[in-house]
Amino acid sequence: MRANSRIRQRLSRIILIGMTGLAATASTGVEISGTRQAALLNLLKQDCGSCHGLTMKGGLGPALTPEALRGKPASMLREVVLRGRPGTPMPPWAPFLSESEAEWLIEVLLKGEINARR
Amino acid sequence: MRVDKRTSITKLAAASILLCVAMLYGCVTPQLRATGDLGIIIERADGSVQIVDTTHQRSLAKISGLGDLSHASAVYSRDARYAYVFGRDGGLTKIDLLNARIEKRIIQAGNSIGGAISQDGKIVATSNYEPGGVKLFDAATLDLISEIPAVDRAGKHSKVVGLVDAPGNRFVFSLFEAGEIWVADVRDPRQPVLHKHLNIGRQPYDGTVTRDGRHYVAGLFGEDGLALLDLWNESAGVKRVAAAYGKGSQPLPVYKMPHLDNWAMSQTSAYVPAVGRHEVIVIDTHTWLDKAHIPVAGQPVFVVARPDGRHIWVNYAPPHNDTVQVIDVLTHQIIQTLHPGKAILHMEFTPRGEQVWLSVRDDDRVDVYDTETFQRIASIPAAKPSGIFFTYRAHRIGL
Repeated sequence: MRANSRIRQRLSRIILIGMTGLAATASTGVEISGTRQAALLNLLKQDCGSCHGLTMKGGLGPALTPEALRGKPASMLREVVLRGRPGTPMPPWAPFLSESEAEWLIEVLLKGEINARR
Repeated sequence: MRVDKRTSITKLAAASILLCVAMLYGCVTPQLRATGDLGIIIERADGSVQIVDTTHQRSLAKISGLGDLSHASAVYSRDARYAYVFGRDGGLTKIDLLNARIEKRIIQAGNSIGGAISQDGKIVATSNYEPGGVKLFDAATLDLISEIPAVDRAGKHSKVVGLVDAPGNRFVFSLFEAGEIWVADVRDPRQPVLHKHLNIGRQPYDGTVTRDGRHYVAGLFGEDGLALLDLWNESAGVKRVAAAYGKGSQPLPVYKMPHLDNWAMSQTSAYVPAVGRHEVIVIDTHTWLDKAHIPVAGQPVFVVARPDGRHIWVNYAPPHNDTVQVIDVLTHQIIQTLHPGKAILHMEFTPRGEQVWLSVRDDDRVDVYDTETFQRIASIPAAKPSGIFFTYRAHRIGL
């Protein structure tokens, strides 16, 4: 747990540094800096990609392509990302992601932008 | 006249043979090269591999066009010249290490996790998620020989994990959803003979076999412990090992699945990653009881023994994936905690263990460490490196 808070501190420092750069706004209206966006995309591609595939076509975890996610409410997807899915290998990512960051990542997935953005 | 003609024809023939030999020697094989100190590094961002030389710690070539390598692994032909790379997207690529080129590439499934090569080197098997099952290919041509769909008694498909080779030209693998271990005898690869072991435990996530090919073990994600099958005494069935290690306490979240690629064994102990605990479990290989739990820095991913068995090296899931620890097998103490860089994905020892190569994914490099001094001795740039596979695997059961 101490490690998690250390990482949070480190992340918030990165966010502060990144604030001066490009910024995007999640649906909650909270701004996400360009630096943080890059870190989030790396997390999505590399760490989520370990189970869901680098191209999000699935692996041990299900596919996260726009087609696969169609019809699933964004709020439900956010809850799965933040709290995990008990009984499956999907862990809760809340120690590393804020709500607005989870929402931003889901937007990236729903738009199928993961392969276009690096 | 006739004699002269014959002589000149003979001379001409001899000269042209000499010329051919010279051309072959000079142009086709400018320098003889063996593969015993070679290996490959998977570059998962680029869908490429690098061929590396562990004697000079350098990259020899980069080969592109291997597709989605987010979970890629490799096995070697028995002459250690060819690497078979299994990609996430179902790609199976045969790479010629000496000519540094793709010999053949096929897409054999929609979604794949890995593969194995048979004892006789003639059959390459793939373990697939979509459609769930195992496919057998001719190792020379990559032509499909037969398929083993992973369908349980209820008619449900499972993802196949933990596929390894075992003596007797067998393949052993686990079914993630069904919770089963299957042994496939492929002496006639057109008609594999299956032995199915049911109810082995919930959600086997990976499997491995001991160096002698006797014990197959599947790690369980859905419950505590491991499922053990004695391949010398298959009729005794699967027994549960280290089943009580986490009972009664809340498991910690697992941000990357542990791997059992290379059974870490030393003396009379096996070292395995706990799941949902920041521990390495030590199992007595005579009694198969867990005899110690070593607290470590995070959720272990790979727990690997240096080839001499003196030390155990461990890397971790996020958020501790910047750390590598070394355990002394005599004291079970952590003797080194290294922070080699961001996101350490894999560790591979040279055949006799004087070096270990670490892939440092988010720093885009592979680092080489001296395993006695724990000092970095070389670094090779690589694009988001993941698995590292050296050719000694060609001659090891289960790898």
